[in-house]
Amino acid sequence: MTATVSAEAALALGDDALVLSHRLGEWAGHAPVLEEEVALANIALDLLGQARVLLSQVGDEDELAYLREERAFRNLQLVEQPNGDFAHTIARQLYFSTYQHLLYGELAAGGGEFTALAAKAVKEVEYHRDHAEQWTLRLGDGTEESHGRMQRACEALWRFTGEMFQPVPGLELNWTDLEARWTTSVTSVLDRATLTVPEGPRTGAWAAGAGRQGLHTESFGRMLAEMQHLHRSHPGASW
Amino acid sequence: MSTHDWPLWEVFVRSRRGLSHTHAGSLHAPDAEMALRNARDLYTRRSEGISIWVVPSAAISASSPDEKDSFFDPAADKPYRHPTFYEIPEGVKHL
Amino acid sequence: MTGVTATATAAAGTDASSLAVFDAAVAADERIEPRDWMPEAYRSSLVRQMAQHAHSEIIGMQPEANWITRAPSLRRKAILMAKVQDEAGHGLYLYSAAETLGTGRDELLDKLHSGRQKYSSIFNYPTLTWADVGAIGWLVDGAAITNQVPLCRCSYGPYARAMVRICKEESFHQRQGYELLLTLSKGTPEQHAMAQDAVNRWWWPSLMMFGPPDDESAHSAQSMTWKIKRHSNDELRQRFVDIAVGQAEGLGLTLPDPELRWNEERGHHDFGEIDWTEFWEVLKGNGPCNEQRITQRRRAHEEGAWVRDAAAAYATKQQTTHQATQQTQPAQQATAAAAQHPNGEATA
Repeated sequence: MTATVSAEAALALGDDALVLSHRLGEWAGHAPVLEEEVALANIALDLLGQARVLLSQVGDEDELAYLREERAFRNLQLVEQPNGDFAHTIARQLYFSTYQHLLYGELAAGGGEFTALAAKAVKEVEYHRDHAEQWTLRLGDGTEESHGRMQRACEALWRFTGEMFQPVPGLELNWTDLEARWTTSVTSVLDRATLTVPEGPRTGAWAAGAGRQGLHTESFGRMLAEMQHLHRSHPGASW
Repeated sequence: MSTHDWPLWEVFVRSRRGLSHTHAGSLHAPDAEMALRNARDLYTRRSEGISIWVVPSAAISASSPDEKDSFFDPAADKPYRHPTFYEIPEGVKHL
Repeated sequence: MTGVTATATAAAGTDASSLAVFDAAVAADERIEPRDWMPEAYRSSLVRQMAQHAHSEIIGMQPEANWITRAPSLRRKAILMAKVQDEAGHGLYLYSAAETLGTGRDELLDKLHSGRQKYSSIFNYPTLTWADVGAIGWLVDGAAITNQVPLCRCSYGPYARAMVRICKEESFHQRQGYELLLTLSKGTPEQHAMAQDAVNRWWWPSLMMFGPPDDESAHSAQSMTWKIKRHSNDELRQRFVDIAVGQAEGLGLTLPDPELRWNEERGHHDFGEIDWTEFWEVLKGNGPCNEQRITQRRRAHEEGAWVRDAAAAYATKQQTTHQATQQTQPAQQATAAAAQHPNGEATA
């Protein structure tokens, strides 16, 4: 594994995609309607594809996915949060895909080493963001129950959104500007969905940027245990 | 809990430029926006399309099989609408 | 129900001339389309079969989805997710086909959830190891394909068209299973043993997928006359066994049947007696996972009710707003909205 600056960035973006893809994969067979089984799987597959390209830039994709310990993962805490109900999943999708869309948009235009990947991924992510927006509107402005659930979900995940804008070494971006655009975009969707933009803190009491430094939430360890156990049970085997 | 079904939509997909939209199948969706998205996810997973139409199934008027005879049979005895009806002397080209 | 699926037969009655037209069409290998007159028994037989087929796709997602989160490589994980997603898609195609006969999906799902309609019993067996994912692909999908290919020529148009699409998409399902098992078989001794164990457990249930022997099959004869079905259960089962034997050799795995051997005279493989008691028990609901599969399906549906209701409520609100503003604005009708595929223009 080469410890270049861009490797750190590839790990951060790759782990985001890998972990969120895994969480979305947990929906298989549990989605609220069959059409949504197909939609969520499409998003999960796009993300897994992105993860594989990014991790392969750093080393062997499977070694990185299956043999790293929890503290070595660089993903945001947001993407590792359990699925919860459909509203939580959609809120997580809205927050993250808006971020990823802006980020890949910048990288695609930037001419750096992520340009090719970002140019492909930005189209995929644009669709993910649209999917999240459509559902946010429907859940927010649907029934009283769905409104309540969606509002609670937006609030529950709000405190994980500040971390997204901690600069990632190797990505030359205007992070302050990215955050401002993210806030504008998310605010606009929440407004139209008749939801209230949460007012709580955007970061927890821990140091901001925790996930990027390998500090994760408790459920992440169990997620990895499940994801890695088979691979680790057969050291050196091919699959 | 109201378990009323989402309406049914008919999906038409244009597979590539130069071709018409062709009926691909149907699906359920609460509204046109979601119907388009569901159609994209369901019917173009393997790059089968570049453009999609969705139409509420209820909005389609179909000819009835009972009217089949009066609708379609009368066209059968008008062979003069087809080029093969006409005799052209041998050797005449581009006609 | 709807414009295209309207059940025109209600008015037509069962006059002899309608039946003669129907019989002639089936005899001439023409397709029957939704609004054509058809015997009531043909209609109900089709709805039952298409619904059962759709339910099987949907329930069939569960045993494989059981391994998505544990897939041992990212490549395998992508393949498995795509496959389980295809199954949801195939369920949707089949529910659509069933709906052309006027039975809504909600009604069909309700029958599944209450146990009034069945799904393929094979999915009442558990997936205990990763190799089971391979065995399902190779044997279960293999058996399904053997059953399904003839359905592409089924006399009912919408069913036949759905099957054409499904068979095309499923061609990768069996191959990935075979490749998965081959990798295990050639891998470490533990992996090889895992593969053999999975084949041992899935072989007999796969043979049961073709249904009871011909002389005990309740619906077979009539379905064959109507060309809903093209070959008998035993015929298809034999075809499957003959193909699987060579494939097992290619895998370096054995099939768990001491009586399996080539019969020169018949030109087919002989094979041992299927445990039909087990088949009927699983069918009756006493398989290892019957309860679990239906409970999960029902829970997903019930827990999703508020989501479906929300989207329906939103659509109603939007329509009301739209109608209110339409008086002042020029109506730009948007029921047939067009979308460009965001993944680029694949002009050939």
